[in-house]
Amino acid sequence: MGINVSENLKHYIKSFSLIELLKGMRVTGRYLFDRKITIQYPEQKTPLSPRFRGHHALRRYPNGEERCIACKLCEAVCPALAIKIESQERPDGTRRTTRYDIDMFKCIYCGFCEEACPVDAIVETNIFEYHFENRGENIMTKAKLLAVGDNHETEIAAMKAADAPYR
Amino acid sequence: MEFLTAIWSEIPAAVQTVIVILLKIVAILIPLILAVAYTTFAERKIIGYMQVRLGPNRVGPKGWLQPIADVVKLLFKEVIIPTKSNRYIFLIAPMLTLVPAFVAWSVIPFADGMMLADINAGLLFVLALTSVGVYGIILGGWASNSKYAMLSAMRAGAQVISYEIAMGFALVGVLMAAGSLNLNEIILAQSGSIFSWFIWPLFGLFLVYFISGVAETNRAPFDVAEGESEIVAGFHVEYSGMAFALFFLAEYANMILISALTSLLFLGGWLSPFQGLDFLTELPVLGAIFGNGIHWFLLKTAFFLFFYLWFRATFPRYRYDQIMRLGWKILIPLTIVWIFAEMLAIGLGWQPWE
Repeated sequence: MGINVSENLKHYIKSFSLIELLKGMRVTGRYLFDRKITIQYPEQKTPLSPRFRGHHALRRYPNGEERCIACKLCEAVCPALAIKIESQERPDGTRRTTRYDIDMFKCIYCGFCEEACPVDAIVETNIFEYHFENRGENIMTKAKLLAVGDNHETEIAAMKAADAPYR
Repeated sequence: MEFLTAIWSEIPAAVQTVIVILLKIVAILIPLILAVAYTTFAERKIIGYMQVRLGPNRVGPKGWLQPIADVVKLLFKEVIIPTKSNRYIFLIAPMLTLVPAFVAWSVIPFADGMMLADINAGLLFVLALTSVGVYGIILGGWASNSKYAMLSAMRAGAQVISYEIAMGFALVGVLMAAGSLNLNEIILAQSGSIFSWFIWPLFGLFLVYFISGVAETNRAPFDVAEGESEIVAGFHVEYSGMAFALFFLAEYANMILISALTSLLFLGGWLSPFQGLDFLTELPVLGAIFGNGIHWFLLKTAFFLFFYLWFRATFPRYRYDQIMRLGWKILIPLTIVWIFAEMLAIGLGWQPWE
């Protein structure tokens, strides 16, 4: 009986002093003055990992020759069936692609194509701000992919170099 | 200037009074509407800060034009009237919530005697008007002809009526201590020093009043009427554009009103906390700041408004039955006990507030 009374009293003191509400308000009150973690997106950006998987690109060797040898490993590994390759023998006797399409709507940006590629031809760059305005623009053709690779070769090379020790 | 005074003296005295009153109304309403707009901004900003984010900061410098942008957006939106709604009541309801929230400001003293209507039953007038606001909510919910709006209107109605009782009892305690229903006299009764404010002898009633005030305005943690997880947005689901904006405006105007009333009734309104400390109030320039004045009233109101936002950022929503339990089984008995104790104190001639 004695325990009950003191328990009850404790309960009443606890609820009528609003102590638990004040504790909660202390927490939010502290956060009011905390450093804000918002990133002001177009002006500020989060740092990107060298392994970031963004827009695709096809690379070339330093002498200007395209790397892709149309082995179709990427097409085979692609879980979303986003890649479509056709190949033909070139006049100089080498095997090259005549068509290399990636459907950006199907692509799930898993990076398997990049991992499968024996010659580091197809890569995923750190470009993530792109959009399409018309139907069909989502299909990245070989020319477009090569152009992306040409425009961003230094960045791609830097990313590859940064990740090389872990591969 | 002489020309203007000549015109002024030509106007009949009755019309003069009307013009003066209208000008006073405008002088109260425009700052009030601006305050409402910027309360919404402050709410988003403060809750944002409490959630470790920045809140709106894109429109204008530091986001200061955000409320203006919101208003413009709402103005240009279409007011959709549901086909099977009762369209007249549907359109009257938002006005019915907003008007009492604004009218109640006519008896609020901003500084000594600075009020639109110095009526003797000021406190009763305010209590009556805050009750009228429920009609707008219930009619709006009913006229929408929507299940969610109806449910929410019922919830809001039951809640506001329940908490009105606790609120009324808390006010009884104040008027027993002040001996008057006139808001200006209630403040004058608290003059002396910071220790003659009613918050000290009536601390329990103060808590009850502010808690019921939060419930009365349907704000978090008592916002079951809104209950976005269960009943979408409550009684105003079917409203859009300006009709919705009026409900929104009314909610915030009521918040400001309750904050203002709390500061009037318990913290001495425009009385300075430094009152009685003559060495401060008699300083040449600072004396005006340390002395009584409208700035203290605004400061105290802003203080309580901040608590509204703080509550919203902190507490989870009460369940409906918990709200009813708190109102009927805790707050009302508490006020009755407090009033009884106050009555005994007055009867025995022990009046700490005098």
